[in-house]
Order: sequence, then C-alpha cells, then structure tokens
Amino acid sequence: MSAMEHERTVDVECPTVWQKALMALKTWARVNSPWVIHFNSGSCNGCDIEILATLTPRYDLERIGVKLQGSPRHADILICTGPVTRQARERLLRTYAQMPEPKFVVAVGSCGLSGGVFHGSYNIVGGIDEVLPVDAYIPGCPPRPEAIIYGVATLLESLKNKQEKG
Amino acid sequence: MESEIKTDNRFVVPIGPQHPALKEPGHFEFDVDGEVVTGASIRLGFVHRGIEKLAEQRNYIQDLYLFERICGICSHIHATAFAVAVEKLAGVVVPPRAQAIRTIVAELERIHSHMLWLGVAAHEGGFDTLFMYSWRDRETVMDLLETIAGNRVNYSANLIGGVKFDIDDSQRDAILRGIDFLDQRARYYLKVVESDETFLGRTRGVGKMTRGEAEILGAVGPTARASGVARDVRLEAPYIGYADYPVVLVLDDRGDLEARFSVRILELFESFRLIREILSRMPKGELSTRVPRRIPEGEIVLRVEAPRGELYYYVKSNGSEMPERVKVRTPSLCNWASVASLAVGHKLADMPMLLAGIDPCFSCNDRLVTLRRQDTAQTMTWEDLRQYGIQYYRGKRVCP
Ligand code: SF4
Repeated sequence: MSAMEHERTVDVECPTVWQKALMALKTWARVNSPWVIHFNSGSCNGCDIEILATLTPRYDLERIGVKLQGSPRHADILICTGPVTRQARERLLRTYAQMPEPKFVVAVGSCGLSGGVFHGSYNIVGGIDEVLPVDAYIPGCPPRPEAIIYGVATLLESLKNKQEKG
Repeated sequence: MESEIKTDNRFVVPIGPQHPALKEPGHFEFDVDGEVVTGASIRLGFVHRGIEKLAEQRNYIQDLYLFERICGICSHIHATAFAVAVEKLAGVVVPPRAQAIRTIVAELERIHSHMLWLGVAAHEGGFDTLFMYSWRDRETVMDLLETIAGNRVNYSANLIGGVKFDIDDSQRDAILRGIDFLDQRARYYLKVVESDETFLGRTRGVGKMTRGEAEILGAVGPTARASGVARDVRLEAPYIGYADYPVVLVLDDRGDLEARFSVRILELFESFRLIREILSRMPKGELSTRVPRRIPEGEIVLRVEAPRGELYYYVKSNGSEMPERVKVRTPSLCNWASVASLAVGHKLADMPMLLAGIDPCFSCNDRLVTLRRQDTAQTMTWEDLRQYGIQYYRGKRVCP
C-alpha cells in the first residue's frame, strides 16, 4: 500500500510527455528569440554605446534573434550597465520585478561587475549583483561588442544545455 | 468644457528614467494640452556617482582615469582638461608632439561623437536607415581610435605631462584613408538632411531658438552655434594644439533643428581638415615630460570644447598628491535650460527630436498617465485616455 502511494507521488511530480514537449518548445523559442531590455543604473555611457553598437550593421546582434525591447514586461533578458547608484536602485528593482518569469540578468562592464573605478563612492551601492541575481558577467571597460555578443550567446547556450540535461 | 480642461487639469506625461534605446536616465514631465506641450520639467541625477568627492580621495594619476570615465562618449576631452589643468598648476611644458596627438585624438573623438549623435537623432525622428548608415560608418573612426590607442572607448591617451602613444607612419596612412572615406559619407549625410522631404518635415522650423534666446539661456557648443552664437573655446581660449592649428567656426543663424543637424555635419568636415593638417606637419620630439607627484599649491580654471560644447574644470591643489577640490561642469547641463523652454508650444511627438537636438538622447514614453487635479491624483487607463481624447477633440471641433 505504502509502496503504491509512493509510486503515485512520483507519478505526479514527473512532467508528462506533453509537459516536457511544451517546455522544450518554450526553451527553443526563448533561446532563438530572446528580447532584451537595457538598463543604465549609473554607467558612463561607454558600455551603453557599445551595446547599441552590437545592434548596428557591423555586429548585428539581431541576426541571432536578439531584439532590443522598450518595455520590461516583454523582455527576457535584462542587460545592466554601470555601478548601481542609490537613486537608480529602486528603478532597477522595479524594472526587474516587472519582467515576466523566467528572467535573466547580464551585467556588462567592470562597473557592473564590481563598481569598477567608482567603487567606494558615497552614492554607489556596488555592482549589479549587490541588487539582483546575475546570470552572466561580461568584463571590460567597456567590453567590445564581440564580447557582449559572446556573453549573450553563452547565456543562451547554457539555457539550451540545461534543457537537454534536465 | 474646453476651458475646464485647460484650467483644472494639468495633464502630465512622464517620460523616463528608463528608456529603451539609450544612455543616460533622466526623468521628464511634460504638461500637455491635447498634443501640445505647455510646460516641461526635468529631473536629473540618476547617474550621480559622486565623482568629485571620489577625486579628493585619490591621487592625480588615479584621478585621470576617474575623470576619463565621467562620460564614455567624450572621455578623451575630460581627461585632457584635467591633465592640462594639472600640468598648468605644476608649471610643466608639454612637448608639442604630445599636444598634436592630443588634438588628433580629440578631433577623432568629435567625429565619433557627432556621427553617433546623427544616428541617434535620426532614430528619434523615425529615420532608422540613417541611424544604421551613420553607425556603420562610425565603426571606421572607432577602428582608427583602436589602431592608435588600443581601445574603442576610453582610449586613455593622456598622461599627466604628455601622451602614452605615438602615431607612426602606417597609422597616419590609416587615419588619412579612414577620413577620406568618412568625408565622402558626410557629404552624403549633408545632402540627406538638407533635401529629404519627410525628414525636413520633422526638422525645418522646429525648435527655433533665436540668437538672443540662446545667449540668455546659456546654450553652448553646436546648439549655440546653430543659433548664430559664435562660441567655441577652441578659438576663444586655445588649448593643446589649437593655437598652432586654428579651427574655422561653423555658424548657422537659422536656429532650428535643421540648423543643428547641418552645423554638426559641417563640423565633421572641419575636423577632417584639421586632422589632415596636423598629420601633414606633425612636430617631432618627445611624447611626455616628467611631472612631480606633488602638485604645488594653487587653483585653476580650465575650459575646453567638448563635442557638445564648453566643458569647464576647476582644480584646487593644496600641495599634496591629491587634489583638494575638483569641480566639473559639463556642456549638457548648460543646454537643458534651452530644452525646457523650447518644449513649450511644440507637439509631444517633437519632444524626442528636440531633446536629441541638444545631444543627450532619449526616446520612450511611459505607458501610464497620471492626471493631477490640484491635490488628488488619478490614474487613467488607455481606454479612459482614448475616451478623454475623443471628448476633447469633439470640444475643439477637430473631428466630427
Ligand atoms: S565599465 Fe567602463 S565603460 Fe562601462 S560604464 Fe564602467 S567606466 Fe564606463
């Protein structure tokens, strides 16, 4: 009797074939067309113009399906630049909260990683990971557009792998 | 009913601080009456990083890297201003070759900044083709900066007392080739912004600022020069190489957005000419000179011409390794006042273009509108807004 019960519980927890297929489909869609939103929480613009440069003809991030998006409510990936200032902290949290699950955070630039050259100022909270859980870090001051593309591509790759393993 | 709308309701459209396309977060509130803006207020400070205070805790060499990171677009000019100020305090003379290299990098930076602006401003006007074109071509100047400095942004060309790198013959040829290409492209852009009918519809006569207004509002840089104000620090108080290689002022007295476009594009040609001239007769000699770690007591004000206008540095030294006080005033700050007053009377749809016109950039609208009646606040949905709009225009007899 108890063994049967046990079996039943396991049965419920395991996703059915359909659920699995649905999840695979979702991941496939997410990996192939992630929408990103960009938030500047106190950067010097250096990182921001490089992010913008990745969207322009020479680098063209859109060819791997990435689209820069205006509203956090439609975005999958939050790309953050700069150290987090006390003023921008609330806004950053609010933007993150408005994004639908599952969501990923990419920190771009030395500042986003640790506060960088501004570390120790009275108005700086620190790097992005003081405020939000960060999934990918892209170092550099600023990182080259190639580095940013590589960072995003690695994040997408890891999503795919997780799906295949799970 | 019409007067009721006008007197009782302050209809505020908030914009920012997070917006999709670009850069600095700023928060704007526009009071609108239908489509027309009746008042504007600006809140800045989201990216306040306390740089001036930080500078007091670091020595001069560390500060050079800190000031370079005030702005990623005009990084070189910030570092130059600080380095020149400290050199003057220390009383050292920088070798002419170093000054020439500083000038070349400053002009390359101006080219990159103006092209970046051209793209962004075109994007705000809904002309994305021009945005993509100018950013594609901008990669040429980014490559040049990378070849000579090793980094695309924050090139770190300056030392206190000189520059870090030389420009050799092969680099010189690369620069000349690059600017020949850009010269050709800039001619095309000039043709586009002065002849494309749809684009002219967004720029001609929009945001007109007369010369008197520009002077009263304290506009600087290309924004002022597009209103006919002859204001350029490179001529008024030549620094680094500008005394040996004078620039020619680009002026336009139309004062509208179109003028701001053409002034900036014409300044590109001026930068090309200047770079060619410097490269054709580069002084020979050392790249840097020794500067003591402790800077003698004193204070100094230094002005330089950043791509966006006059940049002002004040440095006070107390004889130690660290500055006692540094004050920086950036050109964008001077130009905000002009936006706040220009906005009034224009359509809401022109706001992004007007804002981009002075060169900080921005676009999106928050999709939520708050209606303020004296002290009560009320939130409206899009449907309510639509109904409100229909009622309003019925009152105005614009539509049946
Ligand atoms: S990492 Fe460098 S380029 Fe990026 S925001 Fe910080 S200082 Fe600017």
